Amino acid sequence: MQLDNLIEKFQKKDSAAFEALYNMYAENICGVINVIVKDTERSQEICQDVFVKIWEKSDQYDTSKGRFFTWILNIARNAAIDEVRSKTHKNQKKNLPVDSLVGIYENGEDLNDRMDTIGLQSLLKGLKEKCILLIDMLYFKGYTQKEAAKELDTPVGTIKTRIRSCISNIRKNMA
Amino acid sequence: MSMDVKEYIASGKLELYVAGALSTEENLEVQHYAIQYPEIRSEIEAIERAILAVTEAASPKMPSDGFTKIKARIDDVIPFIPEGTSGKGTSWGSYLGWAASVLLAVGLFWMYTENSKLQSEIELTNKEKQSLEDILSDTQEEITYKESLLESIRDQNVTVIALGGQTVSPSSYAKAYWNKEESKVIIDAKGLPEPPEGFTYQVWSLKLDPLTPTSIGLLDDFASVDTKLFTLENANESEAFGITLEPEGGSETPTLEQLYTLGAVGS
Repeated sequence: MQLDNLIEKFQKKDSAAFEALYNMYAENICGVINVIVKDTERSQEICQDVFVKIWEKSDQYDTSKGRFFTWILNIARNAAIDEVRSKTHKNQKKNLPVDSLVGIYENGEDLNDRMDTIGLQSLLKGLKEKCILLIDMLYFKGYTQKEAAKELDTPVGTIKTRIRSCISNIRKNMA
Repeated sequence: MSMDVKEYIASGKLELYVAGALSTEENLEVQHYAIQYPEIRSEIEAIERAILAVTEAASPKMPSDGFTKIKARIDDVIPFIPEGTSGKGTSWGSYLGWAASVLLAVGLFWMYTENSKLQSEIELTNKEKQSLEDILSDTQEEITYKESLLESIRDQNVTVIALGGQTVSPSSYAKAYWNKEESKVIIDAKGLPEPPEGFTYQVWSLKLDPLTPTSIGLLDDFASVDTKLFTLENANESEAFGITLEPEGGSETPTLEQLYTLGAVGS
């Protein structure tokens, strides 16, 4: 209810409520952008742009559409993907590399020295590669279930049961 | 419970819901169940916490003054907040609004009074029209009446008898237009003075030998009849006509001392 209250105030252009929401989600949004863009400074800039965009679009959020985090996650992904596209001149989402998380996890590939690589590795401990790939696609790259099913040549039902199992694994690692 | 909550939680739909990867229909379905079942809502929150943990770990860490920069940028946007949400003083826009309201009120009042004026003018004109119509109608009636009187008098069967003034009022005179065929006498009493209060003129048909008077009627409402023309029934074999002044309501026999005019037929 605390969150609902903050969102309500934020939608009435209460900048204090917006700051509280920023403090809650800034690192998450920046993390998503970072996994896509792979550039610390650019990620931080895009993250700021995204929050300004969130403020400007505040009246467009509707609780019936889903979670607030899901809404801002989508704005962040789109901004980050636009950045990568403008760099790579690739026009399609499926052409984006979806192995970023896999690389970080398996190779301990540091995107920058401030990233909590160890924390991420402990969260993803024991997850199969196809799990990490699916998490990357669904949460970081914004694939829909249909797009993911097509990309992985797997039925939608399998996508559902697999992501259930993957996230449960992370939750066990968190406990 | 109509739905197996555990089975629904195990379906993987909630993970996809947090990712925003569901179809619109499935998204609404999850939304609906999240309100209905607290277990589903708390499961969604737990999934979200897992994703928040992963995404946060992937962050290069925002600078501590991160929001200050954002704040500076959104502050430029604040002046464009729609009126009423921040309520910061009265702008020229609201003054203009008040001015427009006052102008509108004045305009409405002016229109109202103008309309009232027009309404009463129309009413007055209607009354004038009605009274003119009444006058016209009265005039037409009068003309019709006078035309019919004239017709009656001009009728070839009409005998005109001049009634001369008598002792009590020598200057008085009257005329009788007698249509024997129609048994009708028109008395022209223009030469008679107005009768005093409580008295009325009475017209008599006379047989002369012996003198036998028969009342043929009263000249009632003498003052109000402008034409001073009175139509009376007379089926008698009259030899003369006389007019006497009698108490109101008339008399059985004429009061000869009050004989004003008298005239013989054919004289």
